[in-house]
Amino acid sequence: MSPPRRRDREALVRPYLITGGRAHPSGRALDLTALVRTERDTGYVELGPEHGRVLRLCSGGALSIAEIAAHLELPASVTRVIVSDLVDQGRLSTLSTEWDRHGPDRELLQEVLDGLRTLR
Amino acid sequence: MGLEPSGEVYLPDSVSTAVKVLVLGPFAVGKSTFVGTLSEIPPLHTEETMTRTGAVADDPHGITEKTTTTVALDFGRRTLSDRVVLYMFGTPGQRRFLSLWEDLAHGSLGALVLADVARIEESFDVMSVLEDRGLPYAVAINDFSSVEMPPREELREAFDLLPGVPLVSCDARDRQSTAQAMISLVEYLLTPSPGQSQESA
Repeated sequence: MSPPRRRDREALVRPYLITGGRAHPSGRALDLTALVRTERDTGYVELGPEHGRVLRLCSGGALSIAEIAAHLELPASVTRVIVSDLVDQGRLSTLSTEWDRHGPDRELLQEVLDGLRTLR
Repeated sequence: MGLEPSGEVYLPDSVSTAVKVLVLGPFAVGKSTFVGTLSEIPPLHTEETMTRTGAVADDPHGITEKTTTTVALDFGRRTLSDRVVLYMFGTPGQRRFLSLWEDLAHGSLGALVLADVARIEESFDVMSVLEDRGLPYAVAINDFSSVEMPPREELREAFDLLPGVPLVSCDARDRQSTAQAMISLVEYLLTPSPGQSQESA
């Protein structure tokens, strides 16, 4: 594994300051692979600079929470909270992964398999 | 401001479903290489916080201590169809990272255990945890072509693999080879009742 990247000054802000002291998002826990999309970008963010950065990043297209965390060099746990805030505000939406609750069905697995086979 | 990515950083608009596979294994076995080879984007890196609860040694009151550890995660992505994207997470395979896997394993299709034939025993930890957890896995030996590969049956025995669990060798630097390793896992997931042929002999 590669060593943790050296943080820039911006990223040295304590995570608890960014998330207002919350360790976990208010609603359901978001998976690292939850896909996030911009729903409504009003351009004004009252929540804080990190929330603004997430919104700006997501305005370009859909990404997973893990990717948002990596691109913005934020810890995954902090990114979950920020995304959750923005979903609560209707700024972002997470695409539902319905199979999450029931496990993947054969149709989905077959689609994964077919996709992988094109890489051979 | 950090880097502002552009272009193919983003997923195609049609993608609506993300699936996840864990790539686990001992230190320096090639997990990051594997993920990077199969990924369509440059491999990314994030940190996940892990909470560990353990009894404080020699404490007569049995007070438990809660500590948080930060664990590095390398991951990559591969869009597999108009609708589906695969995320691959590479993470260390020691038991002390168990609670991290618990989180990561949730919603995972399964795991690929990357192994080094010269230190097979270092993969036992991860395999037993996956079995305890009921997460299906395939074993892929990262073949650096420097070691003579023992016969397949000997290897299955050395890994103490349950019947049906795929054992493949791969070159983590080669896309076709890593794709084939991933294919063997997904084919295994598609076999009827994977993991249920585990009754003891």
